[in-house]
Amino acid sequence: MKKLLSTLLLALLPALTSTAYASEGGPALDRAPDRSADVQSLQRGAKLFVNYCLNCHGAQSMRYNRLQDIGLTDEQIKSSLLFTGDKVGDMMTVALTRKDAKEWFGAAPPDLSVIARAKSSEAGSGADWLYTYLRTFYRDSERPTGWNNLVFPNVGMPHVLYEMQGEQRAVFVKEKDPHEEGKTITKFESFELVKPGKLTKLEYDSAVADLVGYLVWMGEPEATHRKQLGILVLLFLGLLLLPCAWWLKHAYWKDMH
Amino acid sequence: MAAGKKEPVVVTGLGALDKPASGLLTWVDARFPLMENWRAHMSEYYAPKNFNFWYFFGSLAMLVLVIQIVTGIFLVMHYKPDAQKAFESVEYIMREVPWGWLVRYMHSTGASMFFIVVYLHMFRGMIYGSYRKPRELVWIFGVMIFLCLMGEAFFGYLLPWGQMSFWGAQVIVNLFGAIPVIGPDLSIWIRGDYVVSDATLNRFFSFHVIAIPLVLLGLVAAHILALHEVGSNNPDGIEIKDKKDADGIPLDGIPFHPYYTIGHDLFAAVVFLMVFSAIVFFAPEMGGYFLEYNNFIAADPLKTPPHIAPVWYFTPYYSILRAMVWNFFYIDAKVWGVIGMGASTLIFFFLPWLDRSPVKSIRYRPALHKAIYAVFVVCFFVLGYLGTQPPSPVGQIVSQIGTVLYFAFFLGMPWWSRMGHFKPVPDRVTM
Repeated sequence: MKKLLSTLLLALLPALTSTAYASEGGPALDRAPDRSADVQSLQRGAKLFVNYCLNCHGAQSMRYNRLQDIGLTDEQIKSSLLFTGDKVGDMMTVALTRKDAKEWFGAAPPDLSVIARAKSSEAGSGADWLYTYLRTFYRDSERPTGWNNLVFPNVGMPHVLYEMQGEQRAVFVKEKDPHEEGKTITKFESFELVKPGKLTKLEYDSAVADLVGYLVWMGEPEATHRKQLGILVLLFLGLLLLPCAWWLKHAYWKDMH
Repeated sequence: MAAGKKEPVVVTGLGALDKPASGLLTWVDARFPLMENWRAHMSEYYAPKNFNFWYFFGSLAMLVLVIQIVTGIFLVMHYKPDAQKAFESVEYIMREVPWGWLVRYMHSTGASMFFIVVYLHMFRGMIYGSYRKPRELVWIFGVMIFLCLMGEAFFGYLLPWGQMSFWGAQVIVNLFGAIPVIGPDLSIWIRGDYVVSDATLNRFFSFHVIAIPLVLLGLVAAHILALHEVGSNNPDGIEIKDKKDADGIPLDGIPFHPYYTIGHDLFAAVVFLMVFSAIVFFAPEMGGYFLEYNNFIAADPLKTPPHIAPVWYFTPYYSILRAMVWNFFYIDAKVWGVIGMGASTLIFFFLPWLDRSPVKSIRYRPALHKAIYAVFVVCFFVLGYLGTQPPSPVGQIVSQIGTVLYFAFFLGMPWWSRMGHFKPVPDRVTM
């Protein structure tokens, strides 16, 4: 029976794996560095978020004073992260209306409260997607904003961080389509820095990693606490309840035959 | 517990109620059959002594039911069934409500665990022939519970009002539109609108928290009452009631309480809770299978996601739905898909009469039967996997083969279940 099972599975595997990724397009995602335990990094990320993202995107489910969880005091939040008339207990909302946003960008900027969770896919985690997305903007004169993006083609958002990264151009090459005879496909080859920004490539990647780390944290501020608590719960169940239950099972069944 | 030897409490007329009670229990028993029920269903319900691993899942299903009801009660205290507020109210629960995140993850994990436990429970019934005479009604109530559970999961999945909630509901309700003549009106009647909307959300909420749970609880009671009337089956598939001692107690039976409650199921519950906690605390999304990533985007009626996949527990049936691509007898392929999907779940009802095997348990069946069960299990998994994937030509052919084998398992059962050389069945249970 086991032999039959494994033969069946083996016979089906190639068929299954080839279907799995057949429809997945787009470039491979870069792996975002994990900085979830680095409070300094999260604070830098929060600052970038408030300065660059929060003008158009909201984070409606996020309160400013929740930033206490990453080591900021109410005073610090008020003095360096609150620019609008918002109070420290308010949600991170934006003044930009959906109607204006639609007119200016073609689509309303999505709320970013849980964006890091929403962007996960088979291709990589939400953090990977965001990390790649924020580093692959390139100049494209055919787009109304003058910008295009590699992982989100024809995105409505312009490159907000261009002062830091500088401006880059994408180099594409024409290749034969492996699936269709006689046709060519354009394939991305590399980026070329046209105008340098304030940061070097390494510094920029690090800044984006901070920002992405913050977005991941904001997606679920309770995540660190959740995992810590999980260890305690499993220890309680495994070291205390499990032996008790095991002992009871044996005590009741020892005379059974 | 000496309850078995106790003198029966004789109550004659109202006068008996006036006598001073010797204890609270006596007082209650004079007015309510408390001990009588305790004995009938717990301390003097004799279960076969040879239950194995597979017999954990019935009581575990009860445990998950309790988890779902209790966490559900707390979620309803904070959730807003309103298309404008639903998505945000879930995030509110996750962030602002003390321990809200835990309650929500327990409920979302519980939904998937319910299906895992119930699928294993059903599989147990299938391999040991627990649906055979005299347990047909136990099985039928069980299949009804399974159908209710699918309804409960479907209605509940709309409530977070994410993209998958919305479009999943849209796809499934549209299926009813495929029914000839009444279809289009029926789907509007179900939604309460031309598209999935606030009206749909409100009625699904009502079904999820009131209607279906009520029916579910009633069916669970019926399932257990029917089981306790006929007695439990066991891995050997023989009747322990055929061999009794002088007191009329089955020789191979032991009191359900405490041998199975404390001596068996408690251990299973702790192991289960460890698995459950590991998921809740360390992987609540379960790689996008328990909480789909797309559902972290609020429902947008104007933006159809490129790939709409139901949650994993529906995917075998979803594959069967998608496998039907031919317009047989001038009837639309979509209608055949709906019929196939419906039939794949309803066919479980007929198992007691499809199975003609002279023995109940797989232990005494020929190797051929074991192979057929194995093929069925592989089909179920393959169909389930394909249902999570975007449609593809290869996937379509594989799911069509899987669909044929799935139905062949049931429809061929009257024939294959009689074939082969059966092993002799023992008189008494084997440990």
